[in-house]
Amino acid sequence: MRPFTYARATTPDEAVDLYGEGSAYLGGGTNLVDLMRLGVALPSQLVDVTRLPYDRIEVDGDGLLIGATVRNSDLAAHAVVRERFPVLARAVLSGASGQIRNLATVGGNLLQRTRCSYFQDVTRPCNRRELGAGCSAREGDHHNLAIFGNTPECIATHPSDMAVALAALDANVVIHGRDEIPLDSLYGHDPVRNSTLEPGDLITHVRIPALDGMTGTYKKVRERASFAFALVSLAAAVDVKDGVIQDCRLALGGVAAKPWRARRAEAALRQAPATVPEFSRAADAELAGAEPLRGNAYKVDLARNLIVGTLSELAGAR
Amino acid sequence: MTEKAQVRIGVNGRAYRVEVDTRTSLLDLLREGLDLTGTKKGCDHGQCGACTVLLDGRRVNACLVLAVAADGSEVTTVEGLASGDELSPIQSAFVECDAFQCGYCTPGQLCSAVGMLDEAKSGWPSAITDDLAESPVPELSAREIRERMSGNLCRCGAYVNIVEAVRRVAK
Repeated sequence: MRPFTYARATTPDEAVDLYGEGSAYLGGGTNLVDLMRLGVALPSQLVDVTRLPYDRIEVDGDGLLIGATVRNSDLAAHAVVRERFPVLARAVLSGASGQIRNLATVGGNLLQRTRCSYFQDVTRPCNRRELGAGCSAREGDHHNLAIFGNTPECIATHPSDMAVALAALDANVVIHGRDEIPLDSLYGHDPVRNSTLEPGDLITHVRIPALDGMTGTYKKVRERASFAFALVSLAAAVDVKDGVIQDCRLALGGVAAKPWRARRAEAALRQAPATVPEFSRAADAELAGAEPLRGNAYKVDLARNLIVGTLSELAGAR
Repeated sequence: MTEKAQVRIGVNGRAYRVEVDTRTSLLDLLREGLDLTGTKKGCDHGQCGACTVLLDGRRVNACLVLAVAADGSEVTTVEGLASGDELSPIQSAFVECDAFQCGYCTPGQLCSAVGMLDEAKSGWPSAITDDLAESPVPELSAREIRERMSGNLCRCGAYVNIVEAVRRVAK
């Protein structure tokens, strides 16, 4: 591991002041410390932000304001999160292990790096580590990589489960000293940048608006029953009245470099009968935009089945 | 600023003050700096759970925690579970159930089980808990124990007996 200095911030201004060229903010460290050990992340200074006063979850009307240093385990155990936003609690609980959830923070979770094996292997070319080096995954093993939004430079997926639920919940990200931004804008469209944040930008909270009568859940398909990243996951929430879908939110995980909000499927579902043929039609509308690679076309079927199955379960349809 | 740091840390009830290289993990501090070799290094990437300790009462992977970031914390390792010669309930249950073969993952399994049982007692749900809003969480089934202990791998495959040992203590 490359030598680095360590500083601990107790106020957001102090954190931003301490942050300089080569700095990285340290949250739970569950991804960053590992990447430093692998030689992928090479910060010259760590600014520890875990003791900033953002470790609370505040109920904000029918919504929530979640501090960026709240640990994943506390978020998932919070009574209001479990009762009103089970899609979020379930997404967080389906990620990582009990040990890692006790360390990982909300802010760090949003900014974690892809688990593409080539990104994590400094002996293999990777555009995300060094733009212009090439992408080893495109011709290599990419069975677990993206089917939406791929570029010639990168086909990586975003690994977070929590962020998929937050995308479905229309969450905003609050940044110190700036206007809050929709979660979708945090990830942007640059094929190799991890987020649209500028160096030194500090996430302080995540804001979740009310879920207006929708019931939701999170489903995750992976290669073992627990403690694995998603091949495909789905955060879904629907409001069905008299057999007709009033409103719905769908976000897919494991299929793109960011949580993939399935807006085409949502549009196809609004005011449609809550029936399996309609769910299939909506899933097809979304997946028509997929561009699978040689080794991951199975994800198209997996995502379709996951959308249809989950909506059927939520809507009690046959 | 330097790349060394002073760390004050309590381990198994004893207070330490040590100088560390900022790169030192909590795991390496315990094993190399404080000579507490009960905590094991497996993958060193947070994937196997062999290094699990209790940090301020919560189970964590000691390999992913920088010692400098744990300044001011209280750590319990496998050496701190027993009271003298008297084994803790989870340690006794592991012996009774023959819940190990080579034993390398056992310190991590034990600390993880202690942390997990505390989480369950606090009413924390898991990914497979049917009704998340329900509190307290119903009794820990074998399936719940497997899900909640999935951060600890055992390459000997002693899982069946590990689940039984944890289940006995959970009752």
